[in-house]
Amino acid sequence: MSRLAVPKTYKLYIGGKFPRSESGRTYEVATREGAFLANAALASRKDARDAVVAARAAIAGWAGTTGYNRGQVLYRIAELLEGRRAQFVDELVAAEAVSAAVAGRQVDTAIDAWVWYAGWADKYVQVAGNGNPVSGPYFNLSTPEATGVVAIVAPQGATGSLLGLVSVVAPAIVSGNTVVVIANQASPLSAISLAEVLATSDVPGGVVNILTGSPAEIAPWLAGHADVNALDLAGAEALAWVDLQIMAADTLKRVLPPENGAPSPSLERIVALTETKTVWHTKSLI
Amino acid sequence: MTLERPLALAPAKRALELIGADLTEKSLRLHLEGLPGVDAVGLEQRAAGLGTRSIKTTSKAWALDTIIRLIDLTTLEGADTPGKVRSLVAKAMNPDPSDPTVPRVAAVCVYGDMVPYAVEALGASHGDPAKGLISVAAVATAFPSGRASLPVKLADTADAVANGADEIDMVIDRGAFLAGKYGVVFDQIVAVKEACRRADGTYAHLKVILETGELNTYDNVRRASWLAILAGGDFIKTSTGKVAPAATLPVTLLMLEVVRDWKRLTGERIGVKPAGGIRSSKDAIKYLVTVAETAGEEWLDPHLFRFGASSLLNDVLLQRQKLSTGRYSGPDYVTID
Repeated sequence: MSRLAVPKTYKLYIGGKFPRSESGRTYEVATREGAFLANAALASRKDARDAVVAARAAIAGWAGTTGYNRGQVLYRIAELLEGRRAQFVDELVAAEAVSAAVAGRQVDTAIDAWVWYAGWADKYVQVAGNGNPVSGPYFNLSTPEATGVVAIVAPQGATGSLLGLVSVVAPAIVSGNTVVVIANQASPLSAISLAEVLATSDVPGGVVNILTGSPAEIAPWLAGHADVNALDLAGAEALAWVDLQIMAADTLKRVLPPENGAPSPSLERIVALTETKTVWHTKSLI
Repeated sequence: MTLERPLALAPAKRALELIGADLTEKSLRLHLEGLPGVDAVGLEQRAAGLGTRSIKTTSKAWALDTIIRLIDLTTLEGADTPGKVRSLVAKAMNPDPSDPTVPRVAAVCVYGDMVPYAVEALGASHGDPAKGLISVAAVATAFPSGRASLPVKLADTADAVANGADEIDMVIDRGAFLAGKYGVVFDQIVAVKEACRRADGTYAHLKVILETGELNTYDNVRRASWLAILAGGDFIKTSTGKVAPAATLPVTLLMLEVVRDWKRLTGERIGVKPAGGIRSSKDAIKYLVTVAETAGEEWLDPHLFRFGASSLLNDVLLQRQKLSTGRYSGPDYVTID
């Protein structure tokens, strides 16, 4: 007996929930050959606004946890990704028209990158921070801290949608930032599957918010948004990204430039999305 | 069987005119219980329907400015200090320091002992909101519970008025109301109204807080609204903000229907003030629509409609900045209160 097909509804991921777009819009996601794959939500500027509100609300909790705790929470995501490996491989094979072996290598690389970043959660402060030399009887210490809400345009390449997303989201949240990320427009399905992993992990709702849709439409609203603290233009090469940088400068955001493909794991990427806090303290009263 | 001796009530002008010269607890009860029942489903559907209007662009800009003009900027915390009242007043006078075109709020609402600080901080800006000045409203009568004896409530009120409060927000005795002692509630409102009298014979405006969250039914809200108006209230106010649920759209709609009916009956206009729980501009705009559609646009005036709110103002300012710059603003760009 044949079964009724149960197609999956791909929605947005905002504040730990999976809403449809406020606008009610969807767009068709197709394979590279043009065959229909799924309908994905086409996010509007109001979805971006709601995502920023959710991300702002999540800052205090996420940045307030210890680095050790964040590291454990992030490592747990890697464990869940490993358990869902087959699903991600299937989705990538369908969406990117690659062989199962190539898709499998992408998933493995993404999980490895995630684990690599998770390990930095309780270490980047020691490496990037500093005890500054001073000519007096006090300590002077500089430590990097989360910058706040980071808006990200994920890499938009024809392949590598999962790896691209992981390579920009993980370095942002390691230090306690919360993110609003615009997924790969052509193949957003693995991004929403990653959201399902995040929703069932220990990451608080609102730390990662994933929008699917047109970066050209949504990115300007995020770049100009006064409540966004940093803008990662990794996947914005095809956009008018200089204009986005100028808009971001109006509210003194940190801006990372476009990348060619998925940025490889690096400590610089973590530190680029932090603010340095310098404090002093007397050495002794004796 | 013994005949209950009719208990005469304080002679309030409106009640005497409407109910007649034999104003007793019994005649008041007969009047209030003779009010038609509220169609709860219809009321909620009407309120929900009024909440679906889409207000955009220039209408939205007008609505945002109107909301600011109608706000009673409120701080009612146990931890209030003179400094906090001064910063509240500074915000009331100049809500958005980055934009001088933002109108002033209608009033600041504080506890009675904070009135002198509010009056002092306002200085020359203290006065009638219709003239672009800012009133001082004080909560009185053992706010928020109302559980104190009448002399204490009257002293509380008279003290706030003597300190310069222009408006008194009193709470009714919900316990007495729910026990059916309408006469007690009525007499207390009349007495508080008299305590609002200033040395020169004028009266501070009296807002009567019904605390609808504790009245349980829409029928009770309608009765309490009539009771408050008959006893001499200038405003009827939904809630203290200390009890959930506070102001809701259906309850406010019901109270607006009462003041509309009162206007038709007597030609006199009574104010309505929803308070508590209105935090977003979107919600506040729904209230504006409800006022305009129920009581009429003339009610969108600080003498006839107010929002009791504290965090609402910041959200309205953020929306206003969004309209004027075309970009979303953030909480870093408004003052924290």
